[in-house]
Amino acid sequence: MEVSLTVNGRAVTSDVEPRTLLVHFIREHLRLTGTHVGCETGYCGACTVHVDGKAVKSCTMFAVQADGADILTIEGVANDDVLHPVQEGFWERHGLQCGFCTPGMIMSSIALLEANRTPTETEIRHGIEGNLCRCTGYHNIVRSVQYAAAVMRGEEPPPPDWET
Amino acid sequence: MTRYLGTSVKRVEDPRFLRGLGKYVANLTLPNMAYAAVKRSPLAHAKIRGIDTTRAKALDGVIAVFTGEDLLEGTGGFKCGSLPCGFQVPNLNMPPHNPLAVDKVRHVGDGIAVVVAESPYIAEDALDLIEVDLDPLPAVVDARGAMADGAPLVHDSAEQNLAFHWPLGDEEAVNEALSKSDHVVELEFINQRLIANAMEPRAAAAEWDPATESLTVWTTSQNPHTIRLLLGAFTLGIPEHKIRVISPDVGGGFGSKIFHYPEEVIVPFAARAVGRPVKWVATRSESYVTDAQGRDHVTKAKLGVNNDGTMTALHVTTWANMGAYLSTFGPLIPTALYITLFSGVYKTPVIFGEAYGTFTHTVPVDAYRGAGRPEASYLVETMVDLAARKLGMDPVELRRKNLIPTDAFPYQTPVALMYDSGNYQALFEKIEELSGYESLRKEQEAARAEGRLVGVGFASCIEASGPAPSAVAVGLGAAIGLFESGAIRVHPTGKVTVLTGSHSHGQGHETTFAQIVADQFGIDIADVDIVHGDTGRVQYGIGTYGSRSAAIGGSALVKSAEKIREKLKQIAAHQLEASVEDMVYDQDEGTISVAGSPDMVKTFAELAFASVLANNLPEGMEPGLEESSFYDPANFTFPASAHVAKVEIDPKTGEVDLQSYAAVDDVGNVINPMIVEGQILGGIVQGVGQALWENGIYDEDGQLLSGSMLSYAMPRADGFPSIALDRIETPSPHNPLGVKGAGEMGTIAATAAVSSAVLDALAPLGVRHLNMPLTAEKIHQAIAAAGNGGGE
Repeated sequence: MEVSLTVNGRAVTSDVEPRTLLVHFIREHLRLTGTHVGCETGYCGACTVHVDGKAVKSCTMFAVQADGADILTIEGVANDDVLHPVQEGFWERHGLQCGFCTPGMIMSSIALLEANRTPTETEIRHGIEGNLCRCTGYHNIVRSVQYAAAVMRGEEPPPPDWET
Repeated sequence: MTRYLGTSVKRVEDPRFLRGLGKYVANLTLPNMAYAAVKRSPLAHAKIRGIDTTRAKALDGVIAVFTGEDLLEGTGGFKCGSLPCGFQVPNLNMPPHNPLAVDKVRHVGDGIAVVVAESPYIAEDALDLIEVDLDPLPAVVDARGAMADGAPLVHDSAEQNLAFHWPLGDEEAVNEALSKSDHVVELEFINQRLIANAMEPRAAAAEWDPATESLTVWTTSQNPHTIRLLLGAFTLGIPEHKIRVISPDVGGGFGSKIFHYPEEVIVPFAARAVGRPVKWVATRSESYVTDAQGRDHVTKAKLGVNNDGTMTALHVTTWANMGAYLSTFGPLIPTALYITLFSGVYKTPVIFGEAYGTFTHTVPVDAYRGAGRPEASYLVETMVDLAARKLGMDPVELRRKNLIPTDAFPYQTPVALMYDSGNYQALFEKIEELSGYESLRKEQEAARAEGRLVGVGFASCIEASGPAPSAVAVGLGAAIGLFESGAIRVHPTGKVTVLTGSHSHGQGHETTFAQIVADQFGIDIADVDIVHGDTGRVQYGIGTYGSRSAAIGGSALVKSAEKIREKLKQIAAHQLEASVEDMVYDQDEGTISVAGSPDMVKTFAELAFASVLANNLPEGMEPGLEESSFYDPANFTFPASAHVAKVEIDPKTGEVDLQSYAAVDDVGNVINPMIVEGQILGGIVQGVGQALWENGIYDEDGQLLSGSMLSYAMPRADGFPSIALDRIETPSPHNPLGVKGAGEMGTIAATAAVSSAVLDALAPLGVRHLNMPLTAEKIHQAIAAAGNGGGE
């Protein structure tokens, strides 16, 4: 089946098997391998991308269901050399270790902050609970999102825990 | 003066991960690549009566199908061997482990056949077309039950399913001490099976080059050199120097990616047989039934204690589940990494421990974060809590009474280890302050008066990290020494490439090792590049596990840097016409000058270039600037920790609310506080996972009931309070950096601390012990039973 969509601002048309998952289309057809497959069953969130501005686990969707959609993947988040505030936050506050859950975690965090620029710690924890991380224990991911929220509000981020 | 050591340098590896540019094995594409999928046993124990691959082979897009017999017979041009065990304790029974099952399957997930196809989807389709005729046989899944009379045998060669029996300590002296103790507290308990669940599923790819008769294997490994050695010496029969193993970015390991797995044999076999590169990537469902799992002990313990709180003796018998086959380091975990830790931070005078390693029809069991040491700390801390309750003593007071004194180091325990350094009194002072221990107890008292179930848990733990002095390791059963290598290559322009045998899969070595090397030379960290995970580039190395990389891999780099600094001094002395003894290396500036004559100076980059210009070197000196070292540690390092958890249990639902968590760790000198705190935080949450939620459950037929992320409950972001951390630094006296292991300490302490808190909360109801995980359901039942006058 033919599928036409926009990925990271670029128009893409491709012929795919109807059963092709969106995540496999992104990784194997478009070779955008920053979107990872952690479970293929919708639990882990490593494959999270934005579909028409909403965070979606791309293993739970067929490529053909994304026909006509506007997709944003981790590769399209930075503005050339300038990292998105959420990417910057993860770097500044050690929000990643092995890096495997990181793209999905960033996509979910961006969606969270697009909806709420002043989340509480509890709201952040609930906002990312659909994304599993086995390395960080989430603590520094929460701090990373708090950093990004401050930057996106134009405020000075709080100092890192290891300096306090 | 140093510029980078001790500072929270932002990680240099992060930008590629933040942009989605990580190079994981699953992302690899090679020209003309084919895709493999493995047909796996749905039964835990069965005889293979026949395998019909005709329909699978006929499917459009299928290139080949191979069975276990094909691998043994060498259908693809060479024969595959049995996967070896790399840790051979005395009298070990080591049955063969074929990469694909032959004759019998022995656990759900045991491989039966491999399909190679044009796409992953076709390979999966073809799996359904392979017809396997299995004759079901009875299974055994329980570590102790496996030794019972009449239990089904996993391997005919292993009577009573016994792989090994490993005793340590003076049992007679322990029994005598117990008989003379005022009290003996006894407990039988389970340390449940865990599943590592690294977020990146395992993957392997291989390419055979017929022109050079050489093989390249990409695999998600924590130790690619070990995999190359085992492929060359045992499983593939291709000479080791004709194999290159690459472990690029690896998405977490936690031990589960140390081991030599069947797919690392099957995929190269298939690649050579079909004459194309082949890639296999595990589905998460496959991970659950093929990644080596952790823990799974049944234990009986007795702790002697006198009325004044003095601990007198400890006696422990453990049945440790090895699963269906011996994984690479399986026998190491419940022996030399477990029983040797029974002294904890205490001066218990006599200790005896023994482990029975048994085969069952389950996934093999091996190291999982902490590996033996969390089992030991949970055991010791649980017994200490029981003793305190028996005596009506505050558990911290009882612990303090038994601490190894600060002036006793190096301290020889009764269970073989010699602790290098420690200051447990300072650790206790700091944790009591950080956690507000006294006020937590007051809050608890007030809450209990209102009938609320509030618990405060305490755990003070030791770890033997940085395995190990090679003589000790090999003496205990290791098939190879456990040193580490580090090479430093200084380029003509003064830029530096570092080649380390350690492997980073989340630990941040590309940053910490660069900090070490930059400070050694006084150069910018941006001028240092760390290369790891490629046997084609890096000299022989051991890899990363057991919290060993900073202490051993980092020390190897210091040794190499010292050799280079010496050579630089000689070049500088020669060119400045001064004596070598007068040369001063300024590690702040990266310069070498003549003492007292700061104008007579050479920079690091000038000297690097001089070494390759090579026209004005000291007599007899070789050109170039490259050194390597193999560092064999003198001892383990012994980090210690004290953690406090506070919980409140909802009496209606049994749900545990973890309300506060504080941790003080002593991991010696700290290279990068941000990274060390990150390791400890992650470790704590994994440890809490074991205490409260995680459980690898098999039914009596050997079916894994918690075989998905839906049924195996991993920690999520929303179950935790903010965690308070602090540290003390007692340097290790025997490595040049003074560092101790930091990667596993969190896990080792957190499981014990949280279990302690929950049991403390339930103590007023008369609940003496509950096995982990301490789920709402289990607690609810215990509360109900207590209400009926029961308790456990």
